Amino acid sequence: MEQPSFLAYRNYRYLKITGLVITAALIAYLLARPAGGAAYGGTIFGYALGIASALIVLVLTWYGIRKRRPPKVPERREADRRKFADTDATRCQSNRRVINAEESWRHGTTLQGWLSMHVYLGIALVVLTSLHAGFRVGWNIHTLAYVLVLLVCLSGLYGTYAYLRYPRLITENIGEESLDDLLLKISEADELATHRATDLPSEVKTLVSRACRDTRLGGKFIQQISGRQHDCPTKLAVERLRELGKELVDGDQPRLIRDLYTVLLQKQRLVDMVRKEISLNARMRFWLYLHAPLSIALLAALLAHILTILIYW
Amino acid sequence: MANQSSTEGIRIAIVGAGPGGLSAALRAAELGISHVLIEAAPNIANTIRRYQKGKLVMSEPRQLPLRSSLSFTSGIREDLLRTWQQELADRDINLLTGDPVTNIQRQHDGFLISLSSGHHLTTECVVLAIGLQGNVRKLGVPGETLPNVQYQLDDPDEYRSETIAVIGGGDAGVENALALTGHNRVILLNRQEEFTTCSEANFQRLRDAIKAGGIETQVNTSVVRVEAITGSDAPLSLVVQSPQGMERIECHRIIARLGATPPRRMLEGFGIRFPSDDRAAVPQLSERYESNVPGLYIIGALAGYPLIKQALNQGYEVIEYIQGNPVEPADQGLLLAKFLRIPDLPTVTEGIDLLRANLPLFAPLTTLQLREFMLDSEVLTPPSGEVIFRRNDYGNSFFSLLRGAVEIHIEGQDGKKVIIKLAQGDFFGEIGLLSGRRRSATVVAGNECVLVETPRRSMLKLLDAVPGVQRKLDEVALRRVIRGCLGASLAESEVAHLVQAAKSRQFAVGEVIFNEGDESDALYMIRKGSVTVSRKSNDKEVVAAYISAGNYFGEMGLISKTPRTATVRAAAPTEVILLEAERFNAVLDQNPSVRREVTSRYLEGVRSKEASTSGKNSGLIQFLMDQGVGEATDVLLIDYSKCIRCDNCETACAELHDGTSRFSRRAGQTYEQIHVPASCRHCEHPRCMKDCPPDAIHRSINGEVYITDACIGCGNCQSNCPYGVIQMAEKTQFQRPSLLHLIFGMKIKHLPQNPLASEGKKAVKCDMCRDIIGGSACVRACPTGAAFRVNPEDFLTMLDK
Repeated sequence: MEQPSFLAYRNYRYLKITGLVITAALIAYLLARPAGGAAYGGTIFGYALGIASALIVLVLTWYGIRKRRPPKVPERREADRRKFADTDATRCQSNRRVINAEESWRHGTTLQGWLSMHVYLGIALVVLTSLHAGFRVGWNIHTLAYVLVLLVCLSGLYGTYAYLRYPRLITENIGEESLDDLLLKISEADELATHRATDLPSEVKTLVSRACRDTRLGGKFIQQISGRQHDCPTKLAVERLRELGKELVDGDQPRLIRDLYTVLLQKQRLVDMVRKEISLNARMRFWLYLHAPLSIALLAALLAHILTILIYW
Repeated sequence: MANQSSTEGIRIAIVGAGPGGLSAALRAAELGISHVLIEAAPNIANTIRRYQKGKLVMSEPRQLPLRSSLSFTSGIREDLLRTWQQELADRDINLLTGDPVTNIQRQHDGFLISLSSGHHLTTECVVLAIGLQGNVRKLGVPGETLPNVQYQLDDPDEYRSETIAVIGGGDAGVENALALTGHNRVILLNRQEEFTTCSEANFQRLRDAIKAGGIETQVNTSVVRVEAITGSDAPLSLVVQSPQGMERIECHRIIARLGATPPRRMLEGFGIRFPSDDRAAVPQLSERYESNVPGLYIIGALAGYPLIKQALNQGYEVIEYIQGNPVEPADQGLLLAKFLRIPDLPTVTEGIDLLRANLPLFAPLTTLQLREFMLDSEVLTPPSGEVIFRRNDYGNSFFSLLRGAVEIHIEGQDGKKVIIKLAQGDFFGEIGLLSGRRRSATVVAGNECVLVETPRRSMLKLLDAVPGVQRKLDEVALRRVIRGCLGASLAESEVAHLVQAAKSRQFAVGEVIFNEGDESDALYMIRKGSVTVSRKSNDKEVVAAYISAGNYFGEMGLISKTPRTATVRAAAPTEVILLEAERFNAVLDQNPSVRREVTSRYLEGVRSKEASTSGKNSGLIQFLMDQGVGEATDVLLIDYSKCIRCDNCETACAELHDGTSRFSRRAGQTYEQIHVPASCRHCEHPRCMKDCPPDAIHRSINGEVYITDACIGCGNCQSNCPYGVIQMAEKTQFQRPSLLHLIFGMKIKHLPQNPLASEGKKAVKCDMCRDIIGGSACVRACPTGAAFRVNPEDFLTMLDK
């Protein structure tokens, strides 16, 4: 029942198109291979590749806008809406609505199709810009634009990997729970643990209160990504309690320790789950904080690159 | 109007001075025929006189022209009676009032009529126009005769600040309920699920009244008993069986309007025969209203025509027929216009004859009923090759094949296309009569085919009125099942023999139809609803399949004579027709070749079934069934292994629908990687629709269940929806982010509309973006293709992919 991934959209339509584009670019490059290291971008093929790459960059950026900003309110079937509002119960089939095939084509584009194109054209862009640069680099605005292209595409490739990998892991980790529910359960566990520790020695109380106070969920970027806490107080408490269990054997203590231990174990499981949730989500999303700003920088650099060429060449 | 009692040598005696009788007497007087109009009550038009004060008398059916010397337009009861009195005053009508007829006896060349006063009349012909109101149907439960349980409402203004239960969803019940609103709390109870038996105009007024909060309704509710209670403000307690179980309604008064039945014993005493034992059956009549007793005519409600206009027309016509004048019935013009579409069919009589000859399904209908049936229906003559409807279209009309042939294109389970030819006399589209099913096949017109298309409402009315038709419909459907199951080589007589023993049974949601290991006692066909098939595997019950209405199950065990290999449970409220094993096997034993064929196919079936019960997907099927996908027609699912939790789907939905997302991605359940968000399932039998006061929830021809602007925000649908997918929301304006917003990551605000212009909270739910070109926004806005919509017919095939 699982759906085909966006890479396989419409039977790999954009993979095929990208294959054609790259092949065409390679053939063009081989045919007009620059002799003696002349700037390749200056030849007629170089210009063609440059223009194609610039257009691709625009198309790729448009995806970012398209995704965050839904298309304008589409055409509505107002007339239909009224016509069909009241007569449903008694109407005959003969006057049913016929959906116009062309209409549905024009308005039926899906974001999935856009993403599929975005990914494949991004890969094509790496090849096209490399050929356009003729594999030459230097300390100038042109190379800056090229490097930005590579960085944006690299972050995008990571994003593709993340989108294909992490959703499944997130479901497997958290299932039907939500982060808010888990946090609530953790604070409940904290309360219960504090309550159960009241009649136990002060060392235990300290352990529990530290576990309640100092267990960190989330945190800074690296902490989020790693999904761990060095010397996690909850983990320490669980380990220490197991040892203490051997020493505290008077009267009611074994039962109290056992009860407390169960709660802490539960909390540890919840904490692990939350950290994994945060970590997986961070890994799935962080690249976008590079990808989007870098692409805006790329647009600026591209503009400078084009202007420079128009002015100085 | 002369009131005399000269008694000898009368040509026509008209019994009953209602609309039909008056119209007949007036026509007889105009033609100068000797006649007598006999009325048991002291006044004319007694039934109308007993209508509630100020009742609006309607002139339905609107399209039918009036043909009577009495005038008749819709208006207030009092005006109508006054007009008739005036019109009758100066006519030479021979009227005899206050003298009931006690017997009508056939003599050598006429009739001897005995009156309760002891007088006798001899006439050549008799027209019976006594209606039904002399024989009103009672509740038929304990307590039916308690004080304040009444079967009539004279003056609605007599009752103030009472709780009144009105029982009966017909015109009388609806009109009484409407008249009592305003000063009383009115609860209208209907045995049926829908108000199909009341007129369109009354239905509209009822809707308006419910919308305004004047009437409460309870459908699918039948009365169990009435109890008198003392010491309480309300003296009556009405115990009813509703879909929620037994309920008790305390009220001051019960008004039951359950219709009336023909005074059968009396009529049979006159020698009149009835076509069936059914209590509501009407006497068999010729096209000229003559009964099996020559010279004895029956018109009006007693003949099965409850409407005033019909009775008036028939009164006029019957006199003309008795005189031998070839007048055409009033609906002639309308019917002719329909029949003229059929090539070489110049007259209505031939058209009706053709209907009767070519459509065995409607054979139980009288000519007059057939005429009424045709008034609602359309004749279609599609050119050969034209698609009448496609598989998965939504449609709710019923088609009968009057001439020619059609082809039904079915896609088999193995993906092969099967073409079934239907010939003259067959029907199709019967699944459209069940609510909310898609068409199960594509139907293409054959050569010179002539179809009769009947709207769902009319067809349901017909099924309700003529039990024979429902039986025939089931019979043919079952015949198709038997042919599909046993192959085409079985003789028609054998099939008929099998069908005779079929029975129907109903099951509630989750009820077991049979258990794994039970004896295989019958073959089942699903008429309504759907079922799941499950098997025991490692002591756990796993669901293996889902079967929807129109299909059959249970044939395997019958053929192999082995116990059931699976448990079958109703997934929705389900009605099945079952065919018992004994007869089934007797037929197979007599036809060894059929048994061989069936057995070999059965072995194939076992092989393919073994392949599909790996149990890999059973958990998922069970999960989806629990989520209501079994009763869904189109449901949004999310493949969580692709979902990047961006909630673009919700944003797109909110943007297109006044700022409120009509579903929640986070809410809802997940099984493995399949997530069912809290989103409308567009159920087969939507519970949200049931209790909508303004009747604002509909299902469109394309299947989506939607809420119209008529919503009053009462919240009934929200509380009735078992999946929690309807919310009450105010319209807000969704601001489209500008490019600058995007680049600088500014937050967008959802601005509520000007509070003065606000319409308050209204119910919102998914309508599958019915008015948006391009289709479901949620699915289109998903960047990774994780969101998708399925219907249960398709999802099993998807599972295997």
